[in-house]
Amino acid sequence: MTGSALRRAWRAGYYALLVAVAAVVLFPLYYAVAGSLMTDAALVAFPPALFPTELAWRNYARVMQAFPLARQYVNSMVVSLAIVAGVVVTSVLSAYAFVFIDFPFRRTAFAAFMATMMIPVESLIIPKYLLVADLGWINSFPGLIVPFVATGFGTFLMRQFFLTFPGELREAARLDGCGHWRFAWTILVPLSKHGLGVLAVYSFIAAYNQFFWPLLVTNTPDMQTLQIGLASLDTAEARAPSLIFAGVVVAIAPMLLLFYVFQRNIVRGLTAGAVK
Amino acid sequence: MAGEAPRVAPAGSARASADARLAPRRRGSARDRATALLFLAPSLLVFATFVFYPLARSIYLSFFANDLLGAPVAFVGLEQYLRIVTDPRFAQVMTTTAWFVVLTVIPSIAIGLGLALLVRPKIAGIGLFRTLLATPFAFSAAAAAVVFDVFYRPGIGLFNGLLSYIGVPPVDWLTSPAAALPSLALAVVWRHAGYTMLVCLAGLESIPDALYEASRIDGASRLAQFRYISLPLLTPTLFFLAVISTIHALQTFGEIKILTHGGPAGTTTTLVYSLYETAFGLGSSDYGLASAQGVLLMLIVLVITVVQFRVLGRRVFYA
Repeated sequence: MTGSALRRAWRAGYYALLVAVAAVVLFPLYYAVAGSLMTDAALVAFPPALFPTELAWRNYARVMQAFPLARQYVNSMVVSLAIVAGVVVTSVLSAYAFVFIDFPFRRTAFAAFMATMMIPVESLIIPKYLLVADLGWINSFPGLIVPFVATGFGTFLMRQFFLTFPGELREAARLDGCGHWRFAWTILVPLSKHGLGVLAVYSFIAAYNQFFWPLLVTNTPDMQTLQIGLASLDTAEARAPSLIFAGVVVAIAPMLLLFYVFQRNIVRGLTAGAVK
Repeated sequence: MAGEAPRVAPAGSARASADARLAPRRRGSARDRATALLFLAPSLLVFATFVFYPLARSIYLSFFANDLLGAPVAFVGLEQYLRIVTDPRFAQVMTTTAWFVVLTVIPSIAIGLGLALLVRPKIAGIGLFRTLLATPFAFSAAAAAVVFDVFYRPGIGLFNGLLSYIGVPPVDWLTSPAAALPSLALAVVWRHAGYTMLVCLAGLESIPDALYEASRIDGASRLAQFRYISLPLLTPTLFFLAVISTIHALQTFGEIKILTHGGPAGTTTTLVYSLYETAFGLGSSDYGLASAQGVLLMLIVLVITVVQFRVLGRRVFYA
């Protein structure tokens, strides 16, 4: 065999390995999609079918009718988008203060912001639950949204981003009579679209995927989020696998879309602080 | 990723440059101070209400015994903590938590590193494979858990079906005490390995190509390159992943709630799940005991964070 033929063979083998590994990793996703199009008879046959022989699209209509999944979809979107809007506004404001304004106790205040990230949310779940109950926010949108509209991570991320701008930018704007508020929103924010994108995508995923908190503070199906709806699908008496798979596909579709479109932004958010 | 390195610079150096920039001026004008306070107010209000106040109340509650409805009625000092350390059930909870950490952290990092090395070569179409292999990360805990729950069904489930093809008798994935924790860990690892792969890949990409080229000229094998270049330079990344993954494992709730409810016979009841059961389980509102477990969880995470800070010399961020 010549050198180039050997190299071609090696390369073909490598692609075969990649395909095989990808097939194993993606199998649960494949089977959720395939299963959502199979009949329950095929899914509970033993051993179960590995691919659909007829496409049972009606599973999707059934899952949207049989459970308040459409309403829960809306709930998840409302909650996640409201959290993203809140996080973006609070993070831009606080990061701006930390980078562009000199004030007493700045370092202490920043340490307090960072400290909020080091406390596991599960540790505080009981007093938080009691507080939200006292506020009358159980089973309501404020209860699902308000506790999450500011994060230490958001402030950290935007601060890192703002620090890459030269100090002269603020100085020049100040000499032109541009105040902090106008500078932040009309000059800095448009220049920070990329950083805001990272923060928005990251916050959306975190909010959309929440489970513990929505489980605690909602108690009727029409106020529950999609994640809780999925869990109820799984525990519902029928436990029809085709409906569960259809529900999963409906629930993860927007996440897959976000992930494939914004993968670079997501990786950036994930590795902030992880890689030198 | 390498070209974007400044954005993920260690917090320390970033702070130094900010201070240098502001050093010549004196501590802001009164007007500046008012603006700063105004800008910080929304975040401060949220943190004070939903982080710092609950933190204080959590510690407070952990020093009290409560009535059946959960209202604190008598100061008991450290008694709730004593109950935790002396109760054999809590010994089981802590052992289960430790095993859960081991069974999720080590496989997640090993698989994530393996996958990252697999998609490291810059060959045609590798971007597609990188995205595909990271896809499980797009799943939520609940979505992954319900899919695996269907796979794990006794008798007719897919996994037992696949086993039957190779003549292996069915396994009680979630209902036998020996299999439940590993089965749970598998569902967690599947999703988490997408994350560890992405982080490992970013770490590998930040290693300069020149190092590999120089070693190739010196005649180093691929294995030697991995052993003497990739692995040492990836150590901080792997350490970071070990810390983040451990904290992630300690916080895992959704998969346990959906797949096992802490059972069978408490074999999958970790600290977080025990806290949940103690506070919100059927007929139980022992907020004092649950708060003590919450404080314990916080202390464990704090110790891990401090150790990581000491070792890496910079902050940990896990949102």
